Amino acid sequence: MGSITFIEHDGTQHAVDIEGGKSLMQIAMDNGVPGIDADCGGEAACGTCHVVVDGGWVKATGNASDEELLMLDMTPDRAETSRLACQIIASDAMDGLVAHLPEFQM
Amino acid sequence: MMKVVNLVAEKGAAIVPMPMQIKAAHLLYKAKTRLGIYTEFPEFVEAPIPDVSTLALENIDVSNPFLYRQNRWESYFKRLRDECPVHFQKNSAFGPFWSVTRYEDILFVDKNHQLFSSEPFIVIGKAPDELAVEMFIAMDPPKHDIQRRAVQGVVAPKNLKEMEGLIRERTQDVLDKLPLNAPFNWVEEVSIELTSRMLATLLDFPYENRRKLVYWSDLAGGGAESTGGLNDSDELFRGMVDMSKHFARLWHEKKAKAAAGEEAGFDLITLLQGNDDTKDLISRPLEFLGNLALLIVGGNDTTRNSMTGGVFALNRFPDEFIKLKNDPSLIPNMVSEIIRWQTPLAHMRRVATEDVELNGQTIKQGDKVVMWYASGNRDERAIDQPEQFIIDRKSARNHLSFGFGVHRCMGNRLAELQLRILWEELLARFDQIDVVGKPEYVQSNFVRGYSKLMVQLTAKPSGA
Repeated sequence: MGSITFIEHDGTQHAVDIEGGKSLMQIAMDNGVPGIDADCGGEAACGTCHVVVDGGWVKATGNASDEELLMLDMTPDRAETSRLACQIIASDAMDGLVAHLPEFQM
Repeated sequence: MMKVVNLVAEKGAAIVPMPMQIKAAHLLYKAKTRLGIYTEFPEFVEAPIPDVSTLALENIDVSNPFLYRQNRWESYFKRLRDECPVHFQKNSAFGPFWSVTRYEDILFVDKNHQLFSSEPFIVIGKAPDELAVEMFIAMDPPKHDIQRRAVQGVVAPKNLKEMEGLIRERTQDVLDKLPLNAPFNWVEEVSIELTSRMLATLLDFPYENRRKLVYWSDLAGGGAESTGGLNDSDELFRGMVDMSKHFARLWHEKKAKAAAGEEAGFDLITLLQGNDDTKDLISRPLEFLGNLALLIVGGNDTTRNSMTGGVFALNRFPDEFIKLKNDPSLIPNMVSEIIRWQTPLAHMRRVATEDVELNGQTIKQGDKVVMWYASGNRDERAIDQPEQFIIDRKSARNHLSFGFGVHRCMGNRLAELQLRILWEELLARFDQIDVVGKPEYVQSNFVRGYSKLMVQLTAKPSGA
């Protein structure tokens, strides 16, 4: 099964169990990880589940769609390895993945 | 047509100042009207709106600008949601249009900017051709993205952090001057006063003229032809001439200051001048005016009506006020619930770029499609007990009021910030915030607003 670690902007770490098939956004919300708002409920339509995936892991998350890229471009502190957490579906292959939460959401 | 105007304007800007161009546009508009090229748009005359159950489905017209005032909107939208969630009205004052009334369908339309274009207007009606200023809210990607990116720094989170102290100071100042134990109009004394100060800051506009920003914003959004409002085209043109004078002057002043080596601020014009894509925006007058107008309109009556709406909601649901006083940590969640419950902008309009099937209906290419946020925010399919104002509601942030997709409201965190601070300072000072009498509502199918809400304040006992 494995686990994913979310790291808040102030450095607080949250290790959560991977639930295969659920989005990283949903897993974060279910585990009370602060820093994600999920205003649109997972539709790549609000930008408020923005995370910065650790460099080594971003390939494992797959490719962002054009729509996701448009939303990401509007987020504050957009980084090279930014993703919308609602568009990353968790799998066992992501065991050990680290995702940083930005200081602010859009 | 607009390309020609813009081209002329561009060439003209070097020779003819912007206000003169708008004056010329106004003369052209008046001439065309007099010659009968344009028919004058009819005035809206208020009449009692019938109970929705007495109407045939096809005769339901939710573009009526008195629906909100007469408290008919809830039942009208409910009937559409239940019986005809994608509804065609073939014959309104604004021409034929589709109404999308369920949360899920609104989200679908909002997200799909390729199927549903925001051009040329995002209100159900239109502005006069001669005054069709260009705003990025009414543009599609990629042009939308370039323009939005140029201005979004003004509400960047780091900027908001800087502004919080000032917003709080001003809020305290306004609240400390309010009368106690005597009724006054909350709309004027609090909502408009606070939002006008905010707008002046965003633009670094002369503070003593801040009410002009409010006046111009109201004018821009309030035409009969655009949203069923009261304002006539002549007043709109005159207002835009004045606005263009002030904004052009502000642009040149800031340019001069920067050239003289003064420190750059975080206001909108400074940001525009510092960005490669917009540093010569003044030579594209319609875009210049459009984007400045957009930012003042965006931050004007939306925030204003949420400030008033919150007070009204807590009076309609007094148990929630008790809940709030017992637990002020609920303020941030309540702010989202206020924005949902008020839904300051009733709709956003799109145009179908191709034939689209939606919930059993075929929308044709070129058809107007209106997303009714006010309806989606009351859709029990997506929101539990939607007609209830519940300050600790779960998923309060999922409301439609800021929109979804690439056009999602850029000022959302600023709005939330202003409202949060307002309620923190209100709770610190007042024990009772009582509405006296009935509110007065704005005539519009776009703005869900109050022109008057009489309120009486009772201070907290000292030492409380």
